[in-house]
Amino acid sequence: MILAAKGVSKSFGALVVLDQIHFAVGADEAVGIVGPNGAGKTTLLNVLAGAYRASAGSVLFKGADVTATGAAERCRLGLARSHQVPRPFGGMTVFENVLVAATAGGGLRGTSAYERCLDSIELCGMLRVANRRAESLGLLDRKRLELARALATDPVVLLLDEIGGGLTDAEAGELVATILQLRQRKIAIVWIEHIVHVLLQVVTRLVCMDAGHVLAEGDPATVMADTAVIDAYLGRTVA
Amino acid sequence: MSLLRAENLEARHGQLQAVRGISLEVREGETLALVGANGAGKTTLLRALAGAHRPAAGRVLLAGADVTALPTYRRLALGIALVPEGRRLFAGMTVEENLLVARANGRPGPWTVERVLEVFPMLRARFRARAGTLSGGEQQATAIGRALVTNPRVLLLDEVSLGLAPVAVERVYQCLESLIAGGATIVLVEQDLARALRVATRVACMLEGSVVLEGAAADMTREQVTEAYFGLGRNAQREPA
Repeated sequence: MILAAKGVSKSFGALVVLDQIHFAVGADEAVGIVGPNGAGKTTLLNVLAGAYRASAGSVLFKGADVTATGAAERCRLGLARSHQVPRPFGGMTVFENVLVAATAGGGLRGTSAYERCLDSIELCGMLRVANRRAESLGLLDRKRLELARALATDPVVLLLDEIGGGLTDAEAGELVATILQLRQRKIAIVWIEHIVHVLLQVVTRLVCMDAGHVLAEGDPATVMADTAVIDAYLGRTVA
Repeated sequence: MSLLRAENLEARHGQLQAVRGISLEVREGETLALVGANGAGKTTLLRALAGAHRPAAGRVLLAGADVTALPTYRRLALGIALVPEGRRLFAGMTVEENLLVARANGRPGPWTVERVLEVFPMLRARFRARAGTLSGGEQQATAIGRALVTNPRVLLLDEVSLGLAPVAVERVYQCLESLIAGGATIVLVEQDLARALRVATRVACMLEGSVVLEGAAADMTREQVTEAYFGLGRNAQREPA
């Protein structure tokens, strides 16, 4: 396993959002995380990324305990993420945004940083807008920029937080095509998504969370057909 | 004839298109439940119907009259009342003051402050308490009461069970059922489909800003709703290609 949460709990005051979660992703694996509102999905992603410190339990990355390691350092170790609401540096161009990631997150300088940027931008289909200011981008390109920035840090694991949210069907299809290309580069993916039919086009394993626990886990089609999973979303007494 | 009608309604949050060309109608005395996953556009649609979110395109009609350009308070005076997600009471005012402020801006009709207290008796003991000090269930009862004293022709309810203890949810829903039995016209956004189906006459399931399934609540099967809710049919359509 390249990334694992072992017995991770996270509380905010009296509110227990994650309750002894065990989660692991293998190198070259694409795992989806679904669950109803308030299940703890984004909190788990934040704990994995280092944005939140676990209240209990540990996070292991490439075999090392990174529980006390901050998000920036985890990024430099190869654990990158995208955010639910893209927040690019608006006054910078797409290229400059990705350059920040390649240097600060990827540790590159000079020509090698530029080459990494070009590669990330090209892979994410953004060459045509590389010199545009990020603030002028539409939603799909902002999402692509999130991916390009993460990619420029040369990750071995990529954490995606609702990257399909707000896109049209056609746009989501384009994003899926890009993410499938990332998969060819053997980058492990952990993807939280509410738009389940988009997620199922990419992931090979699905985890369903509810109320801070893992409710079901396994083959995506099997998990989505699980009565407990459907009940968690829809309530229990559907005709 | 429909009492409330949306025609090709579109609504955005900046670059995000939350409602994509929805046409929908609510008939007098009907309870329409809007269901769907997080981010499906339910709340935005409800707010656009109430005038709390300006639509990017399309029309909203109340009893055939175009109210699209009217702000929330004008729609309230015509009979569209919204109970927003999170209640949004005037926290520094008492229960009584919250109800009286609403009453002053509503329509004449049978709903009075006293009648609200009959429907929500738990508010009697808290009548002079500041809304900010109430329990979640009491706040929700006040929020629904605040809408009722405006004598709405149509009541828009957004996630009335959210954040409430199960016993409070049950109490709120019992009150809703009595309103429905009394002939109220309601549009209800609810995450819990089982609850929605219990009280609704019709259900519209939203996915990514569109209504993907609509029909009589009594005719809905679990399989239909599940497929629409998660959009699973879309992948099945893609597979042959």
